[in-house]
Amino acid sequence: MKDGNEQRHLFDDPRNVRRVIRSLLTVCVVLVGLDLVVHRHVEHAWEGLFAFYALYGFIACVLLVLLAKEMRKIVMRDEDYYTQAPPSADSEHREDSGDV
Amino acid sequence: MFELSPAIPLFAGAVLAGVARGPARALVMLIAPMLGAYGISQFEPGITSQFEWLGNTLTPIRVDGLAVLFGYLFHLAAFIGVVYALHLKDPLQDVAALAYAGSAVGAVFAGDLITLFVYWELLAATSALLVFARRTGDSLRTGMRYLVIQVGSGVLLLAGAIIYAAHGNGLDFGHIGLAAPGGWLIFLAFGIKAAFPLLHGWLTDAYPAATATGTVFLSAFTTKVAIYALARGFAGTEALIYIGALMTCFPIFYAVIENDLRRVLAYSLINQLGFMVVGIGIGTELALNGAVAHAFNDVIFKGLLMMSMGAVLHVTGEIRGSELGGLYKKMPKTAILCMVGAASISAFPLFSGFVSKSMVVSAAIREGHTFVWLALLFASAGVFHHAGIKIPFFAFFAHDSRFVATAHEPPRNMLVAMALAALLCIGIGSFPGTLYSLLPYDTGYTPYDVSHVLAQLQLLAFSALAFTWLKLAHIYPPELRSVNLDIEWLYRRVAPNAIRLTLAKLAPIDRTLRDRSVMLLDRTLRSAARHYGAYGVFARAWPTGNMAIWVAALLGLSLLIYYV
Repeated sequence: MKDGNEQRHLFDDPRNVRRVIRSLLTVCVVLVGLDLVVHRHVEHAWEGLFAFYALYGFIACVLLVLLAKEMRKIVMRDEDYYTQAPPSADSEHREDSGDV
Repeated sequence: MFELSPAIPLFAGAVLAGVARGPARALVMLIAPMLGAYGISQFEPGITSQFEWLGNTLTPIRVDGLAVLFGYLFHLAAFIGVVYALHLKDPLQDVAALAYAGSAVGAVFAGDLITLFVYWELLAATSALLVFARRTGDSLRTGMRYLVIQVGSGVLLLAGAIIYAAHGNGLDFGHIGLAAPGGWLIFLAFGIKAAFPLLHGWLTDAYPAATATGTVFLSAFTTKVAIYALARGFAGTEALIYIGALMTCFPIFYAVIENDLRRVLAYSLINQLGFMVVGIGIGTELALNGAVAHAFNDVIFKGLLMMSMGAVLHVTGEIRGSELGGLYKKMPKTAILCMVGAASISAFPLFSGFVSKSMVVSAAIREGHTFVWLALLFASAGVFHHAGIKIPFFAFFAHDSRFVATAHEPPRNMLVAMALAALLCIGIGSFPGTLYSLLPYDTGYTPYDVSHVLAQLQLLAFSALAFTWLKLAHIYPPELRSVNLDIEWLYRRVAPNAIRLTLAKLAPIDRTLRDRSVMLLDRTLRSAARHYGAYGVFARAWPTGNMAIWVAALLGLSLLIYYV
């Protein structure tokens, strides 16, 4: 992973990061392009749709992240939530104030 | 010695590891799993030991294809785990780890429900030690919660087994099914250890709390014994398809927002178990082969991921994604090994996850479970997202953390163990024939055809694209110091609070009742004192002269009446 120089590492150079992203984009384009030439053997009708897996993967991940972000609003608490003294009987409202 | 039990070498190793020190300990630890695996190869298929007990037939050892496959797997996992833990000087962990592996081996060779129950509880006790071994107050409390749930699962199993046997089914552990008497109890017992949704709290609670090496063992055995038990007892149970689909999907949401990277892996473990549970639920030969093969591969690639995070924890003392990053500069070997594990769990072609997960997914399509198939695809994309990208990215890349200055590669034995697992991941993924030949059925399935590979690569490449885009657009949720409420919240917070509140509500009533009773008692005492006390009416002293006068008066009166 190192590029010879002890102080400078592979991804310290933003050009290398750009290279990684560009090659990922190229791979994506090629894989979708292959859908045009390769006839995928399908077992379900939806599989046969053009770039079905590519679109499904992309949408699934975006949805996953967006929903998970929303979920944070409900389930996320301070790191010491379980270790801090539990709220006493007369101050239940602290349950909600743990929200970050 | 193998006739007694295939687990004997591991248990004997556990005993010896407790007393041996230095090179002798290392030798014992390494030889025990090898000897055990050799022992399995010496078994003839069939029942090798059986006896009568209280009018029931017990079968401590039954050897068949399924048991042998899991037997080899557990010895392999124990061996890799032992190599990984070789640098330790902690007899407690050595003993616990080998005894834990031994319990898992014993459980898969158990031919009856009572023997299974014994090993089931041994699994609970020995694995809890690996949580306790971290020796913090927190791990002690977590370990106790873990132990209570695990032992509870065993109690359910025993209750189910008794009901099952009482209805004349015998204790033989074969296909049980939900319709059998006691079937639901046994199903629930297996379900707890297989981390069914809502029963999974112990896993994500305890696994990240164990020692760096302990978690590697934990991730290998308990849940896979449960998968084995479900495959034997409940294959083809339709409910499992939906339970499994749920298991593949819900944990990935938690995994995306979780900060503790070992807990991310714990969630991803549930996700992988989901694929196996779906396979068992579908119950066709292809699906069962997929479930079992995926259990095999998961032990190795999840072990590899857990080991790489254990190495990070060991070196930096930190495992929160928010605090880590940039470690590829100082731990390049660990980073590469971690990425092999990440590629395997994400089911990249040529890596082990691909050859087993695709069997379950194919089976789901073939049996017409469209929505389950879509859920599995969603989970496949999701697992790449959180285990394949998030784990290596936040630990080894992202921004440079304060540990970059001081970090270094972990001890050599840790690297060797990870390298072993990585080789297996690539070996099985590239040459699946050997693994397939060990599977229970011969389905003639070939994972490597153009359609499959292209479909999987598209799915993965565009998941990666989604991650990159979300990250660059700053939509991706940052790692934050936080905990997320999950099912264990119910028994860590809600139940204790409810009890505290109920007690608080009851306290005034209780006080009034007590005050009233004290008042009543007081009044009674007072009135008693008034009548019988020192100055009470009945306590007054009467002179004897009075009595004589009254007696005389009474006598006089009777005389008078007599004359009248």
